[in-house]
Amino acid sequence: MALITLSPLNQRRWRNFTANRRAFWSLWIFLFIFGLSLFAEFLANDRPIVVNYRGEIYTPIFNFYPEREFGGDFGTEAVYRDIEMQCLIITGGIGECWDEPHTLIEAAHNGSLEESIEDFHQGWLIWPPIRYSYDTISNIEGSAPSAPDAQHWLGTDDTARDVTARVIYGFRLSILFTIIVTLATSVIGIAAGAIQGYFGGLTDLIFQRFIEIWSGVPTLYIIIIVAAIFQRSFWLLVILMTIFGWMALVGVVRAEFLRARNFEYVRAAKALGISDRVIMYRHVLPNAMVATLTLLPFIITGTISGLAGLDFLGFGLPSAAPSLGELTLQAKRNLTAPWLGFTAFFTFAIMLSLLVFIFEGVRDAFDPRKTFK
Amino acid sequence: MSLLQVRNLNVNFSQDGNVVRAVRGVSFDVNKGETVALVGESGSGKSVTALSTVSLLEGTAEVSGSITYDGAEMIGAPEKELRRVRGNDVSFIFQEPMTSLNPLHTLETQLAESLLLHQGLRGDAAKERILELLHKVGIRDPETRLNSYPHQLSGGQRQRVMIAMALANGPELLVADEPTTALDVTIQAQILELLAELKRSEQMSLLFITHDLGIVRRIADRVCVMKDGEIVETGPTAEIFANPRHPYTQTLLAAEPTGRPDAVPSFAEEVVHTKDLKIWFPIKAGFLRRTVGHVKAVNSATIDVRQGETLGIVGESGSGKTTLALAIMRLISSEGQIVFQNQELHDWTEARIRPLRKDMQIVFQDPFGSLSPRMTVGQIVAEGLGVHEVAGGHDPRKLVADTLIEVGLTPDMMDRYPHEFSGGQRQRIAIARAMILRPKLLILDEPTSALDMTVQVQIVDLLRELQRKHSLAYLFISHDLKVVRALSHKVVVMKQGDVVEAGTNDEIFSNPQTEYTRTLMAAAFGEELVAE
Repeated sequence: MALITLSPLNQRRWRNFTANRRAFWSLWIFLFIFGLSLFAEFLANDRPIVVNYRGEIYTPIFNFYPEREFGGDFGTEAVYRDIEMQCLIITGGIGECWDEPHTLIEAAHNGSLEESIEDFHQGWLIWPPIRYSYDTISNIEGSAPSAPDAQHWLGTDDTARDVTARVIYGFRLSILFTIIVTLATSVIGIAAGAIQGYFGGLTDLIFQRFIEIWSGVPTLYIIIIVAAIFQRSFWLLVILMTIFGWMALVGVVRAEFLRARNFEYVRAAKALGISDRVIMYRHVLPNAMVATLTLLPFIITGTISGLAGLDFLGFGLPSAAPSLGELTLQAKRNLTAPWLGFTAFFTFAIMLSLLVFIFEGVRDAFDPRKTFK
Repeated sequence: MSLLQVRNLNVNFSQDGNVVRAVRGVSFDVNKGETVALVGESGSGKSVTALSTVSLLEGTAEVSGSITYDGAEMIGAPEKELRRVRGNDVSFIFQEPMTSLNPLHTLETQLAESLLLHQGLRGDAAKERILELLHKVGIRDPETRLNSYPHQLSGGQRQRVMIAMALANGPELLVADEPTTALDVTIQAQILELLAELKRSEQMSLLFITHDLGIVRRIADRVCVMKDGEIVETGPTAEIFANPRHPYTQTLLAAEPTGRPDAVPSFAEEVVHTKDLKIWFPIKAGFLRRTVGHVKAVNSATIDVRQGETLGIVGESGSGKTTLALAIMRLISSEGQIVFQNQELHDWTEARIRPLRKDMQIVFQDPFGSLSPRMTVGQIVAEGLGVHEVAGGHDPRKLVADTLIEVGLTPDMMDRYPHEFSGGQRQRIAIARAMILRPKLLILDEPTSALDMTVQVQIVDLLRELQRKHSLAYLFISHDLKVVRALSHKVVVMKQGDVVEAGTNDEIFSNPQTEYTRTLMAAAFGEELVAE
């Protein structure tokens, strides 16, 4: 039994979408990558996922544990990547760890400690596949940026942060940012277009002039000015991008509403005495959805590139944030480190291509004239 | 000898794995100088047959069989060969003159394009030929019309221009696909006369596609009756009309709304009346948008309808019939008195009128446009219940089921979508949507115009039955005088916003007073009177 029952029209659309193999597989690949990136903390982190210390289970990924908890001296958070800290956890807090951690870890593993020490608790740590978070500064030999090697699969950037980890977090940030901004701009844009188109006349006239003025505002300058006043942050950017981005959908939605408000079934609904709000939502909005969906890929790719562009110029997210635009900027600054440029390029190329393929399929599926064999 | 020969033509459309057999084994001939009519109801495959003669169908169609034009096989012919035949030897006229002409080009440009393409005419030679053509199709003062755009012409004139375009290259075969369906009755008659005359003077053959048997009788030499993609009967026109053999042809011929409405009891209460109702749309001009004039959609209409009574409103397109109805429903603004059930509601606000809406309902012309394609039939019919309290039950599903039965549908259709139904069934759904609120006044805006003749008859019967049962007052708007005669007690004739004549059914139909009414009658009943 299906969880959601689709109307015959939507069933046909789904069939058409799946018939487009490229779009279908792009969707699954994208969902897989995005799904993985949602669990980025479990993939790339400088804290272990689970720690067993003296028979007790700790989860450093979620919780703060001071060093003292594991037999250290300070109340600050344990630095799990230090070999001494790892030694303390594995050996159950033996003080000699500070002097010769490597030997003790080895001894703990081959069981020789168990014989020599009373009350010995062998501990363990489970690490994510990548032992760096996006802001971990790792101790590399030589100068940053360093080329890809076994520790850093895609190398490090010019502040010795692991590029792989930054890409994973950056991908997630880009997509989440885009989803939030697209949802917000779509809701505002559709509502504004609906009101203009449905009521028409003076409402439409005034609103249109307002939009013309509003779209004339130079967005980039505003963002630079605002960034100079406020602390740069994710939510500030979301708000700014939404405030200046909602006009994209108004045109098409308004046109659809202007067309549909004279449909006979809309007239019939008015004759039944149904309120304007319900008519707009129930009868007219579905008509505007197809046009909206056609425009959506442009908004989504535009938002991704918009965020990357701001980051590239240095007016985007705070500099510590994992940003693909910032990676591109580093690639430009460090032409001698081609792995930065290649990584940035391929991440963008794959991400945008997948999205374009998916929405191409969606648009075709909604086209009633297109037939699929 | 036959000019066009169609043998065993099959056309299939496949979509999502379903194959629709639109045309099945059709064979017919069109001889030189002959008019052949393909007759059938919507969906019978007549247009598809016509389009496939010169391979004008889209890619999803699979065509098999044989079509020869002047001895040359058309199916599978190279595109270049087909292009030479299209527009040159075979020309088309389509139903909708609004969309068949490019709105951005003048008449001269549109006509010159085809002349240049097929005959290489340009400059003065082309202009001369264009003037000749326009003259031939009966456009007055063609010189002044050369620089007109399509929107500056009336519907009839546009169709004449379309015919001129079709004639431009002296075709041997003219395929006319419902060329008069979108036109008013009086203009229909003119266009048919023109086609018949041109056929004689140009020595053309004519393949005429229509659903209207009256037209067939007037123009065709031979008739092919189509049903569900097959030709069920074929023969000379006179013979088919005098002696139809196939039961389907007999049904078609018999399909004509007949009978008279029941008499209205003298004590019936008045439901609605208007006094000097005016609907003027202001024309604004200049920088300050001052009102410089008015489009007078309706001038001073005074009507009244009683319980169980039908008022027919007759007139050509643009005469203000629908505008008047919308004004009575208070869906557009108007001036003058509207009294509904003894309440003067012409200056009420929308919120104040809302509770009254259940007593006045409307059924629209186009059953395909008046039902939201994204809602199930049950949702559509039940929509009004969300706003109004209805006597006789609180279970919406039961009320919907009862109403569906009342309009001749079955309750199990409730969960299906409008696109699964035929035109007639959709119109019944639209009637059910109005009837579920138990209205006192039902406005019917051309409810039968978009339907096939056999279905029209059923809808007329249904309306009459509903009126009898619920003492409904009808405001019946139509350009089809036959339907009006079968349903109305009183008739109002409108012309360009004015009520030119009003009276009882008998008065108007047996003794029309104005020239305009007589023209309308002649166009609607003319050929019948001749036949009788």
